[in-house]
Amino acid sequence: MSTHAPAAPHAARPLGIDPPGTVHTTHEHHELGFVRKYIFSTDHKVIGLQFLFTGLVMLLFGGLMAMAIRWQLAYPWTEMPVLGRLLFPETGGVTTPEGYTMLFTMHGTLMIFFVIIPLLTGTFGNYLIPLMIGAPDMAFPRLNMLGYWFWWPGIACILISFGAEGGGPAAGWTSYPPLSTIEAAAPGSNWGQNWWLLSLTFVGVSSMMGAVNYVTTIVKMRAPGMTFFRLPLSIWGLLIAALLQLFALPVLTAASFMQLFDRVFDAGFFTPTGVVINGTSPETLGNAAGGHPLLWQHLFWFYSHPAVYILVVPAMGFVSDILAVHARKPIFGYKPMAYSMAGIAGLGFIVWGHHMFMSGMNPSVGLVFMTATLMIALPSAVKVFNWLGTLWGARIQLTSAMLFALSFVSMFIIGGLSGIWMASTPVDIYIHDTYIIVAHFHYVVFAGSVMAIFGAIYHWFPKMFGRAMNETLGKIHFVGTFVFLNGVFYMMHQLGLAGLMRRTADPYAYETYAHLQPVNEFISLCAFALLFWQVFFVLNFFGSMVWGKRVGRNPWNAASLEWEAPSPPGHGNFDRQLAVHHGPYEYGVPDAPRDFVPQTQRLPT
Amino acid sequence: MAGLKHFLLRVLTTLLLLAVPVLGVWTFVKAEEWGLWFPPIVSSYGAGIDNLFYVILWMVTVTFVGTELLLVWFVFRYSKRDPTRAVYTHGNHTLELVWTAIPALLMIFVAFSQMEAWSDVKLNFPEEGPYTVEKPLMEVYASQFDWRVRYPDAQGNFQGADVIEVPYDITVPADTKVVFRLKSRDVLHSFFVPVFRLKQDAVPGMEIPVWFEATQPGDYDLICAELCGWGHYKMAGRIHVLPKDEFDTWLAAKRAALYATE
Repeated sequence: MSTHAPAAPHAARPLGIDPPGTVHTTHEHHELGFVRKYIFSTDHKVIGLQFLFTGLVMLLFGGLMAMAIRWQLAYPWTEMPVLGRLLFPETGGVTTPEGYTMLFTMHGTLMIFFVIIPLLTGTFGNYLIPLMIGAPDMAFPRLNMLGYWFWWPGIACILISFGAEGGGPAAGWTSYPPLSTIEAAAPGSNWGQNWWLLSLTFVGVSSMMGAVNYVTTIVKMRAPGMTFFRLPLSIWGLLIAALLQLFALPVLTAASFMQLFDRVFDAGFFTPTGVVINGTSPETLGNAAGGHPLLWQHLFWFYSHPAVYILVVPAMGFVSDILAVHARKPIFGYKPMAYSMAGIAGLGFIVWGHHMFMSGMNPSVGLVFMTATLMIALPSAVKVFNWLGTLWGARIQLTSAMLFALSFVSMFIIGGLSGIWMASTPVDIYIHDTYIIVAHFHYVVFAGSVMAIFGAIYHWFPKMFGRAMNETLGKIHFVGTFVFLNGVFYMMHQLGLAGLMRRTADPYAYETYAHLQPVNEFISLCAFALLFWQVFFVLNFFGSMVWGKRVGRNPWNAASLEWEAPSPPGHGNFDRQLAVHHGPYEYGVPDAPRDFVPQTQRLPT
Repeated sequence: MAGLKHFLLRVLTTLLLLAVPVLGVWTFVKAEEWGLWFPPIVSSYGAGIDNLFYVILWMVTVTFVGTELLLVWFVFRYSKRDPTRAVYTHGNHTLELVWTAIPALLMIFVAFSQMEAWSDVKLNFPEEGPYTVEKPLMEVYASQFDWRVRYPDAQGNFQGADVIEVPYDITVPADTKVVFRLKSRDVLHSFFVPVFRLKQDAVPGMEIPVWFEATQPGDYDLICAELCGWGHYKMAGRIHVLPKDEFDTWLAAKRAALYATE
């Protein structure tokens, strides 16, 4: 039945660790001290949890930045309660224009590089990959540990940049030159921008170490019988995201160094000749010229467009797994689901120019990027229809995890469809950089990915801690989050149609925007409520670790391999020999003793 | 009791998911009434752009409502307590083909329907008339944090003593194809006039030709649409569209005024 040759039990150890399928029945490892076990641990599960805790703390930071932004948009230039005194002590808590610029720069940077990517790939990539493919650990456990600890210099640099002399980085998370390369252009950011660039480099190195590990582990360490097309879709999502990082990240790292060289050594990669800032030509200040600002945009988006798929493809995988388990039904169209994720990722490399339709790039090229971008609608549609197909005829269990997964499908439809407008070049002339763009990417990344992360936490928490989260609190958390997130992001579509530009500290001075303040106030109130509502999650998350109901190996009656291990799994993960006989979605199987057949058991013939 | 709790949970979940298409469509229907819709169109190509938006709006609305309602129905229908097992199926090849082919055709249609309007705005510059790419009406300069416009001297030169430079206010003739060069002195900016449906980044080191034809005399907002520093939010300008003859008089008066003070 198996097409995958099982590894010989005593084969050579090419990777320097236990071969796939190794069983740890006895405690052959001596007990490790506290530091090696919980801090500098090489265990993929501990590293996954380290990413989880750190990522959630960063989520709070990023969220607080968002609140400060929303305060300014609702009540411009007024004293901000609570946060204001911390962020802007010198003005008595009133946002400054350069402070506002820093706020949205840091919000974007934190959320993308310190929250979503680490939570999706760092946390769940680490935690789930070995468990779901039946491996005792990652292929390179030390590299894995190093990957987490390389994240910390990144965190340190970004925190230092907040307090850097002259203020934090304030050129947007996209950091377009010459604003970002010439110090005189943004008096607020001298060293702040340098720290920002260094931070991105460390985070990039950390991601790279993770990506190498994920790909190697998935390719080389699958349990006997675990063929590629028997992998759970979470693993497909994580594999594809890791490949995206491997191919795209070097470009960002190179570009960041070029920008750093521009700033520190006046390299002039991105500074054109003839620029005059504050009445002085930077050339007279020592800045070399002869570069081109658009070069940065090409390099940046060549990474950052694939990066936005890194932000969502693993989430699609988690949602597929959660849907199948809690709908008690096989995934509809497993192969199309895997191919469509690969399709989204592949197309992701040839669409970066759609961020540059208005940039001065040759407009003829825009037509090519438009057509490629519109094609992303195909794999996205395939995914939505297959999720709906999975729910058809299902036996849906309305658990907290399932509610978050269902909301992902509902919200991804919105975020996906609004993309069609943005891809269409003539329509984009008007809506480019307006709030409809802000709505679009928050529907994908917040209403999509963050909701999927919540769902994944509710779903895999029992495996991580051996205790279940409280379902009542989970549902309360879901209802409020779902209502308020739509309150925050939905009306941004209409604000965008009214022409409201993003990154505008005080839009109401314009005649065009003067009447938009009440809508922004409504959005801000929803945003404050959304953040407050996360109290229910925090209580549940920490409370359940201590008081949660103890669970066995497989509380959800799920078929994939991670549920074969004890909850929480010990060192080496599995305490019995694994052999995989079929795909991970055998639910509702007729003639089986129970309504699911684990991957380790044969299907009834 | 458990049965009632389960039923309430089903109803609540269904209503929450149902609220998405219902409120989603309702807010779009009411948006115009609330002043949350496109500003008026004051350019020759604005209507074409808006029409493309509406074509996609219909396409998106049908898909949005259809898929969301399907989701709502499936969640309500299949979350019933049912001791039997789910339908055991791993997919359907024909369905996959259908729901790949239909979006493919729609997207190809969308792509081709956009090309003309895009070319009209960004590629096909007026070749006849008073202003062309070689002989533009004006140069617009962006710099931190203001807009400046320069009108050439009578010979069409943008250098020299007879060039008129005006900050903030950009005066142009109505019902005329106006071509101008967009430049930046320092960082990136973007020339955005909502009522024209026109946006173009200003890039230091580049001279980007831009054209529009204003159809209504009046005063309109010019907004900087690319982050350009701490003062980005207040980098405003004003477009004054004058009837053609009034514009000629205005420009002549400006030229005359250059010498009046000497």
